[in-house]
Amino acid sequence: MIDLIIASVLTMLTAATPLVFAATGELICEKSGVLNLGVEGMMLVGAVFGFAVASFTGSALIGLLSALLAGMLAALIFAVLTLIFLSNQVATGLALTIFGTGLSALVGFDYVGKTIDRLGQIYIPVLSDLPLLGKLLFGNDLLVYLGFVMLLLTDRFLKKTRWGMILQAVGDSDVSAHALGYPVVLIRFGAVLYGGMMAGLAGGYLSLVYTPLWAEQMTAGRGWIALALVVFASWQPWRVLVGAILFGGITIVQLNAQAFGLGIPASFLNMLPYLATIVVLVLISKDATRIRLNAPACLGKPFRAAR
Amino acid sequence: MLRLEPRVSHSSLAAWLSPLLAMLFTALTGALIFMALGKPAGTTLYLYFIDPLTTSSSLSEVAVKAGPLILIGIGLSIGFRAGVWNIGAEGQYILGALFGSSLAVYFHESTNPWILPAMLLLGILGGMVWAAIPALLKTRFNSNEILVSLMLVYVAELLLIHLVQGPWRNPQGWGFPGTRMFPDAALMPMLFRGYRFHLGSVIAFLVPILAWIILSRSRFGYSIRVFGSAPLAARYSGINPKKMIWISLLAGGGFAGLAGIIEATSTIGQLMPKISPGYGFTAIIVAFLGRLDPRGVLLAGMIIAVTYIGGENAHVSAGLPKAVTGLFQGIILFYLLAFDLLTHYRVRFISRTAGAS
Repeated sequence: MIDLIIASVLTMLTAATPLVFAATGELICEKSGVLNLGVEGMMLVGAVFGFAVASFTGSALIGLLSALLAGMLAALIFAVLTLIFLSNQVATGLALTIFGTGLSALVGFDYVGKTIDRLGQIYIPVLSDLPLLGKLLFGNDLLVYLGFVMLLLTDRFLKKTRWGMILQAVGDSDVSAHALGYPVVLIRFGAVLYGGMMAGLAGGYLSLVYTPLWAEQMTAGRGWIALALVVFASWQPWRVLVGAILFGGITIVQLNAQAFGLGIPASFLNMLPYLATIVVLVLISKDATRIRLNAPACLGKPFRAAR
Repeated sequence: MLRLEPRVSHSSLAAWLSPLLAMLFTALTGALIFMALGKPAGTTLYLYFIDPLTTSSSLSEVAVKAGPLILIGIGLSIGFRAGVWNIGAEGQYILGALFGSSLAVYFHESTNPWILPAMLLLGILGGMVWAAIPALLKTRFNSNEILVSLMLVYVAELLLIHLVQGPWRNPQGWGFPGTRMFPDAALMPMLFRGYRFHLGSVIAFLVPILAWIILSRSRFGYSIRVFGSAPLAARYSGINPKKMIWISLLAGGGFAGLAGIIEATSTIGQLMPKISPGYGFTAIIVAFLGRLDPRGVLLAGMIIAVTYIGGENAHVSAGLPKAVTGLFQGIILFYLLAFDLLTHYRVRFISRTAGAS
């Protein structure tokens, strides 16, 4: 029983980790006032390049770094179009997802069905062997811990640092931030690239750690769920964790319901994360005031400096 | 130095020029991609963009492929004009196919000529039901229609898989997922012997004409445009925003559902685990490329259909992955969005000295 619980918690954390990465990245991006709907596409691009480089170099770590870079380059296209060419952010984000799906399928064509050495679990002598707690606290892969670190850093960055404040000022009132002399477009560029990097990391986590293989559209909507998580979290980092763990929990329900054979068809179990996303969105957006108070005021609006 | 100056009114010349530029640049980018893949650029480009237009049978295939893209694109363009982002057309397409096909599944020996029209109507209803969910949640709870409609795509795909593997599976199908083949009465009539061009394609070509008349000549079409471009002005003039959201989503869902059931009753003839190569998403590009104008959507649907058929040709004869088509679709939309800058802004060249003064 205890083993089952520990295994469940570990499953929950690994399922939550890619969502944490993608959602914290998008959170920073949205805080700067830019809505990037291309998370799913950037994750796919990260996943495929991470996998390809890992299988080419034999190093999962180099693969993971490539995933970050690939996600960032995909975000660069979005940044150039929305911030320089002032294109519609919703349409451009959709284009990025369509582009990422196509590009990843093309690049991954030769990698379908191949395997690689996954990024290993860490093993700390003594600590990992502790009964119960050892496995729970020290039995995860490194990136799960990085997820927590990123949450903490994102939270501190936004609340305690000067640059975090400036970022939010840019997102809440681009005109005033510009008048105060802050480089609005440059800051947004940085935020978009950071969001892409984190989406790439989330994709790389999926193809290098979670299920060490590449399959077309393997992200299965996680990028969109991450977008919903940012709304669910009312743009506050620690609430992202709550949402991500909720979705991790659903993964456990899926696995266990299948294992125990409750007679629910697999297709219906597989619907759970998507249905849960809808339920969560409804619950959170019912309270319109809360959304209005927390959402960056300039979210989705193009900015062009008046001369 | 380059400088951007906002235009007082949108340039309609630029609005129609930017899709052309986008296609030209996509072809050039395509040439680079083919060279990177080690294929001769010229012949491969020919395979993609010209070859599908050279024989009558491939032209018929282009028209058949364009059908669903045009239908869905028309529905989406109404919503996009009103600023309602229904991106779940793929799911509404599937639900249309499911609703409509239920008749052919349960009356699989029917010879009643009314079964096909009934299936089409049920198909439209199915798409509308699926689109009504984001409409209800948006108007009632203010939930984001983008995310809700998209999540429902995954739910629809899984529902289809469940039905064709379980309750609706062909009992004589050796356990393969898929329904029985539809009875002849439930199939779209083919119009020319030896070609797949069918009655559904004709419907798809007539809809944009009707849509153009309604949207450009009626008060309703005007309200949609005002609501999208100036929501506040629309409210003051008595246009009900909730009603606009409902109309946008129901129109998108209805047309997507119609496309789904037409596809199931024509080229497929049954239900299978996968009944769309992503029409619902590609139609988003068709809607934008067609400038959200029914005439443009008709043209854009044909153009994108050419790349689908070209992609299949290139897959067979040059061994190129089919995914290249999807990549092209993303790239064409990128270029389009970039060139759209020209419709809203005027680019002025000014000399450095003048700029400094």
